Amino acid sequence: MANSRIVVTTDGARLTVAPRGEIDHHSARSLRERIDSALYSARPEVLVLDLSHIDFMDSSGLGLLLGRYQRASEIGCEVRLMGCSARTKRILELAGADKLFKIEERA
Amino acid sequence: MEQFKAKNKENEKNKRALVNEMKVKMPAVSENESTARSVVNAFVAHYDPTVEELADIRCAVSEAVTNCVVHAYGGRGGVLYIGVKAYSDRSVKIEIRDKGRGIEDVKKAMEPLFTTDKSGERSGIGFAVMQSFSDSVKVRSVPGKGTCVTLIKKLASEE
Repeated sequence: MANSRIVVTTDGARLTVAPRGEIDHHSARSLRERIDSALYSARPEVLVLDLSHIDFMDSSGLGLLLGRYQRASEIGCEVRLMGCSARTKRILELAGADKLFKIEERA
Repeated sequence: MEQFKAKNKENEKNKRALVNEMKVKMPAVSENESTARSVVNAFVAHYDPTVEELADIRCAVSEAVTNCVVHAYGGRGGVLYIGVKAYSDRSVKIEIRDKGRGIEDVKKAMEPLFTTDKSGERSGIGFAVMQSFSDSVKVRSVPGKGTCVTLIKKLASEE
């Protein structure tokens, strides 16, 4: 998925990034660049990674989330996850990363 | 007693028959991570797996293939071999093989959170995901020669 679809919305100090489709090692590269670009230009207080529209994610997807957590932390931004599937939660738990992120449910 | 157990195991093994087989060869490039998932998905779908089982298999295959692309060939490409066998006892055996650099210490590589990546972009749980989403994971590797990851998934009975 070279042209990963991604929807970025800003609401005050809150930046929401919602990728679509599949997150694997291949697609993670372009997603990383696009999320970081949005993060560094908006410099929000809260970055929400909305995973509601993700059809597939493996541990490369988790790597993407952990990397964004690291980058956001460096600029004092909190990272929250939204719309995690049961499978995504299972992957987060395998790495103990479920304790790292605040997980929001979709309104 | 041990001899009896071994023989029984062998008999059990012989009771299952191979019902279908597929062999695929493709370049070990990142674009083919999704291709590999799709071809294995298409093969296994014939045996009426649950949605969850199919998703487990896709995820485990993706991890093994990504390891080939990233670690075995270091992103420089090479050949990735995938073999899938379906048996009469509803087990599916998936072999993902490369002729890359191999793994010096398989036990260490399989430890959760072990990663050689320093960028913070790799989670180090690839093998943990394979183990969690498969019934069995075996890794054979010879440094300088390559690695073969064998995943076994037992599909639930058809109802």
